[in-house]
Amino acid sequence: MQIYLPIAEVAVNAFLLIGVGGVVGLMSGLFGVGGGFLITPLLFFIGIPPPIAVATGANQVVASSVSGVFAHLKRRTVDFRMGGVLLVGGIAGSAIGVWFFTLLQRLGQVDLVVQLFYVVFLGLIGLMMLQESLRALTAHRRPAVRKRLHQHMWVHRLPWKIKFRTSGLYISVIPPLLVGLAVGVLAAIMGVGGGFIMVPAMIYLLGMPTKVVVGTSLFQITFVTAFTTLMHAVSYNTVDLMLAVLLIVGGVIGAQIGTGLGARLRAEQLRILLALLVLGVCFKLALDLFLRPDDLYSIAAGSV
Amino acid sequence: MRLAGPLCAGVLLWFAAVAIAQEPVADPPAAARQRDQTEAPPAARSDIYPTYPDPGRPRVIVPENADAPPERVVAGLSSDAVSITASFDGSNILIYGAVAREAPVPDGPPLEVIVTIEGPSQALTVRRKTRQVGIWINTESLEVGAAPSFYVVSTSGPLDQILQPDWDTRYRISVPLAMRSFAGELTVEDTVPFTEALVRLREGNGLYRTDEAGVNVVDQTLFNADIRLPANLIEGDYKTRIFLLREGRIIDVFRAPIEVRKVGIERWLYRLAFDRPLLYGLMSLAVAIAAGWGASSAFRLLRRR
Repeated sequence: MQIYLPIAEVAVNAFLLIGVGGVVGLMSGLFGVGGGFLITPLLFFIGIPPPIAVATGANQVVASSVSGVFAHLKRRTVDFRMGGVLLVGGIAGSAIGVWFFTLLQRLGQVDLVVQLFYVVFLGLIGLMMLQESLRALTAHRRPAVRKRLHQHMWVHRLPWKIKFRTSGLYISVIPPLLVGLAVGVLAAIMGVGGGFIMVPAMIYLLGMPTKVVVGTSLFQITFVTAFTTLMHAVSYNTVDLMLAVLLIVGGVIGAQIGTGLGARLRAEQLRILLALLVLGVCFKLALDLFLRPDDLYSIAAGSV
Repeated sequence: MRLAGPLCAGVLLWFAAVAIAQEPVADPPAAARQRDQTEAPPAARSDIYPTYPDPGRPRVIVPENADAPPERVVAGLSSDAVSITASFDGSNILIYGAVAREAPVPDGPPLEVIVTIEGPSQALTVRRKTRQVGIWINTESLEVGAAPSFYVVSTSGPLDQILQPDWDTRYRISVPLAMRSFAGELTVEDTVPFTEALVRLREGNGLYRTDEAGVNVVDQTLFNADIRLPANLIEGDYKTRIFLLREGRIIDVFRAPIEVRKVGIERWLYRLAFDRPLLYGLMSLAVAIAAGWGASSAFRLLRRR
C-alpha cells in the first residue's frame, strides 16, 4: 500500500515503513540504544531525503524510547539521579555539537565527517564490547576467582561524590557529566540518540550494573531526542508526521517485544549481539567510503 | 509515575488544540508564491523567444507564422488539477486535440506533435565524488539555478527526426535543454558531465522522461497522448505545452496549466509544519509519547492475561 508523505513529498510503501520501525524498535528494547544509527541509513535507502530522514528518525526514537522507559520503570531499572546528571551534560553537549555541525556545513564536508565519525566510533566500541563479552563468557564457563564488585580506578578519586542508589555507586558527578557531554556532542553531529556510545561508557567507564544501564540510557535518550525533534521542526520544517506515525507504529511494538526478549537473554549474550550489530553497521559504512560508489554524482536540493 | 506518559501527551495535545482553535491556519505564503509565478513573464515580450511557458496566455504565435498560421492546434486536458491525497499513487493526464485549418492538408512529410509537461523549477547542486587518499569524497559541485522538478516530453516520432535543433533550443523542448542556468561561480571546467548526471539520475527515478511515439496522430488532424505523472510529484503549478510541427519546424504552440495540490490531511499537515512549526513539533512529540506509553500499557495488559 503506497502512501504519500506530505513533507518528504515522496510516495512509499506503508508496510515497508512499519517494518523498518519494527526492526529499529526491537533493537531499542533489546539493547537500550535509540536505534537512530540504524533508522537514518535505512530511511536514506528507501529514498527519503536525508534532512527529513534525520529529523523524523529522531521523533521515532522518542516514541520507541518512551515505550522502553515505561517497560523499564515497571521493573525499577532506571537510575533517575544518574539519568538527570547525564541529561544535563547531554543538552550542553548537544548545543556544542549543533554549533560544530553548522561550522562543518559551511565547509561543505558534513557527509564525510559524519561517516568517518560513524566508522571510527562504531568500530572502536564494537571491538571493545566484543572482546569484553567474549572474555566474560569464557570466564563464566570455568569458575574463576570472584573479582571485587568493581575496580577502583582514577574515576573514583575525583571530588563531588554522589550516591547513585539504584546503580549501587558512590562516585563523583564529573565522569557522568563528561559522558553525557561527549554523547551529546556526538549525538548532534551524527544525528542519533547516542545510546550505542552511552551504554558501553556507562558499563566500562562508570561501572554501572548492566541491568540499570539500558533503562537509564533510554531515559536520557528520550529527552535528548525530544529536544532534537523540536529543534528540527522549528528551524528546518523537516519532521514528517505521516512518516513518523508509520515508523512509530512499528517501533513501539518492536520495542515491547525487544524489552521482553532482553529480560530472558543473558547479559553477556546481549552484549555480544550488540557488538556484532555495531561492527556490522561500521563495516558497511567503511565499505561505502572505500569502494567506488555506483554513481559518482549526487543531487542535493538548494544551492550551497 | 504511571500517569506521567498520558499526562505529558495530554498537556502537549491540549496546547496544540488551544493554538489551533485560536488561530486558523492561513496560507498567505503559498498564495503569494503562486502570484509571483503567474505574473513572471510580462505580455509585451513577443520579440523575445517565449522560452518560459505562461498559463495565462494559452496560445503563442510563432513569429514566422504571425499573420495567419496555416494550421492551428486546439487541445484539451482530461483534468487541469491533480489532487495529492494520502494514497496518491501517480496520475494519468489524457491530452487530446485537433488541428484547425482552412486549407486542405499540405503535401510533404506528415504533421508531427510534441507534448511536454513541466513541474515547478528548483535550484539544486550536483556533486561529484573523487578518490582522495583512498576515500571517496565530494570534491566538485555545480549549482543549477533552475531545473524542473518534473519534465516529460512525449512525441509522435523520434525527436531528432521531427524537430530541428535550432527550434529545439528556441523552445527548450528536449530534456537536456529544460534546465536553465548555472548559479554562482562556475568551479568546474566542464559542466556537461554534471548536467548529464542530473538528467540520468532524474530519469532513473522517473522524474524526467522522453517518450518517443507517445503521441498518437490520426489523419494529420486529431491527436491524443496519455501521460503518466509519477507518485513522487511535488506540489505546484505544472505547465503543459503542445507543439505542432511540419518539416522539423514549429508552426503552432498551445499551452495549458495543470495545478498539483495537496488536499485533506496532506495539506493540513504541510501547512501546519510551515506556518506553526513549534506547534507542529509539539504535536509530533505528543504523538510519539502517547504512542510509546500506549504500546507500553497495552503490552503490560497482554502479559498480565
